[in-house]
Amino acid sequence: MSAHAHAVPAPVGGNLLNAVTLVCGVLIAIMAAILLTRFIFGLGSVTNINDGYSWGIWVVVDVMIGSALACGGFSVALLVYIFNKGQYHPLVRPALLASLFGYTLAGTGIFVDLGRWWNFWHIFWPSYSNPNSVMFEVAVCVTAYIVVMWIEFSPVFLEKLGMKDVRQKLNKLLFFFIALGVLLPMMHQSSLGTMLVVMGSQVNPLWQTPLQPVIYLLTAIVIGYGVVLFESCVAAASYRRSIEVQLLDPLAKIMLGVLALYLVVRLVDLTVRGAWGGAFEFSGIAVSFWIENLAFLAPFILIGSTQARRNPANLFLAGIAIMVGGVLLRLNGFLIGYGHHTGTGWSYFPSIYEIMVTTGFFAIEVLGYIIITRRFPVLPREDARATI
Amino acid sequence: MASRRHFLKGALAGGAALAGATLAPEACARDTHTRPAEGLGLLYDATLCIGCKACVAACKEANGNPPEFSTEDQLWDTPLDTSGYTFNIIKMYRNGTMQTKDAEVNGFSFMKTSCMHCADPSCVSACPVSAMVKDPITGIVSYDPAICVGCRYCVVACPFGIPKYQYDSPTGKIGKCELCRHRYADGHYSACAEVCPTGATLYGKTADLLAEAKRRIALAPGSRTSYPRGKIGGPDQSYEAPVGNYLQHVYGEHEYGGTQVLKLSAVNFQKVGMPDLPAKSSAATSETIQHSLYGGLVLPVVALGALSFIAKRNVKPDDDAAASDHKEEQS
Repeated sequence: MSAHAHAVPAPVGGNLLNAVTLVCGVLIAIMAAILLTRFIFGLGSVTNINDGYSWGIWVVVDVMIGSALACGGFSVALLVYIFNKGQYHPLVRPALLASLFGYTLAGTGIFVDLGRWWNFWHIFWPSYSNPNSVMFEVAVCVTAYIVVMWIEFSPVFLEKLGMKDVRQKLNKLLFFFIALGVLLPMMHQSSLGTMLVVMGSQVNPLWQTPLQPVIYLLTAIVIGYGVVLFESCVAAASYRRSIEVQLLDPLAKIMLGVLALYLVVRLVDLTVRGAWGGAFEFSGIAVSFWIENLAFLAPFILIGSTQARRNPANLFLAGIAIMVGGVLLRLNGFLIGYGHHTGTGWSYFPSIYEIMVTTGFFAIEVLGYIIITRRFPVLPREDARATI
Repeated sequence: MASRRHFLKGALAGGAALAGATLAPEACARDTHTRPAEGLGLLYDATLCIGCKACVAACKEANGNPPEFSTEDQLWDTPLDTSGYTFNIIKMYRNGTMQTKDAEVNGFSFMKTSCMHCADPSCVSACPVSAMVKDPITGIVSYDPAICVGCRYCVVACPFGIPKYQYDSPTGKIGKCELCRHRYADGHYSACAEVCPTGATLYGKTADLLAEAKRRIALAPGSRTSYPRGKIGGPDQSYEAPVGNYLQHVYGEHEYGGTQVLKLSAVNFQKVGMPDLPAKSSAATSETIQHSLYGGLVLPVVALGALSFIAKRNVKPDDDAAASDHKEEQS
């Protein structure tokens, strides 16, 4: 049981009122004002979305990318509970917390983008729901996953509230929720890719393939590990804690393995479909394609050797590279490489209001993460207390 | 060694569950749907169209849509494209000196833009709530705003860019042609075909329209033939006119499994704005993936069983409890 002799989670403590939380508060207030306008005057009053690009950043960034960046909890749970790598247990709670926020906000994000939001419950109503629709699958799975994650995370609150009985009962069933918590993201993260398939030739061939579910699932797992690398470094730096390099080094190695598998799938798929043509055109789309894939290749240079993996700066940069690649893969499919037929005469760039709402959602995430890690037992206990 | 073997078993089972969930066999292949036998539609013949836009005005009136302005004086309805308030417009192709009608070089041509009523519509497959449905008899792709959640997946999925949303309204709806199904009860049919003075837009059963289209493209260009107007099988309003220089292609016969609105043109279809589509619909590809993975929920349930089994062995019940007890002892 030596693998379980890890640091015990404990609240970081410290003041909740500081520069970061204040900025977050202001950003959230701005978002609230913009959303009020949106609900009174319609989507067109604050967004630049149009019939050529009906899905703007509120869908593609807040939901598609937001949920992918929230895959840390899923990726780490997969490692700890399915592949039985107990030594990564200290990473579970912080990763799960980030996922919890990411997904809850992705769910909220889709709601503010729904043009007829008061009907949203129709998606779950048997006589209305359409099981042929990929979006139906995504909506049901994401909703279920949000509920499952709150249950998975509830021990943290129960601990704080001292509700031992409930905790013990939950503990007996926890394995089932953990299994669901691994399965549901696999289902909807792959389906987020499948959502492109019905768009047919509207999507550039570089990102249009029936293998989309495999591509999105593999990258979601890789992004999950990338985000854990990134967040561990950021949390360590801002709370002045030591970095868990002894955990992050092997984790990064696993990440590289999955990433290599993904790149092989991507390479073979593009070659078999004969879709390389678009990559060698002189266009913004081709540039975006290469940045996406170079970002996915960068970690092999940054953290290819054991020595490099022990350097927190390299781990941090590799995490960012993965996130850039994953973000671009989704942006490219849904926005940059979209609009082959309806593209003529249509263009889209997010309005300042759209950007501020997306920023506001991320601000809620950061604020929530700070409040919960400072007040609830999430991060591994350390002797040194937070000083800021 | 026991723990190592335990890990290997866990890893193997985990890998198997992953593979099972992602690399499902294409056992649930869904073929591209075909047109219903009695399906209704339109035949648009660009060589007959004179660009009078009577159909655009009639469509507005029949659907109770407001005018849309694109000129500064805002005198009359001048939409530049279909929108949440404009379900049908006539677009124009122009080249060089625009001297000859229906010529690709130094010529011009018209093209109607409205819903094609696909045999296998992407919008219907995409819609998460069955607000967009295809009638099994008439094949009309219809929309119900009372069901719609406004996600606009139909807008992004349609290869023709047809469903459009009303962005200027807090209660915006999707707008698209429904072949004037609300006018059938009074003995009316599609307003665009009813008012078309040249029969360029003709209403009827798609099977009849397809036969008519094939009759036209088989005729020698320049010879004279009879062109029906209004509705095929309705009162005779036909007239005689010279045969156009048709491309040997009935657009919509095979595209995406076929559409119920068919088109004839003398100018290349891509040049007049109709996309080059394969015979296999993207809805068929999408639903094949969807059903292979989730058909009968077989794979998810099997995967959940496997994952639960593995997780039950790997989750130490005292994992978190021990941690908190430890904490309580300290505090």
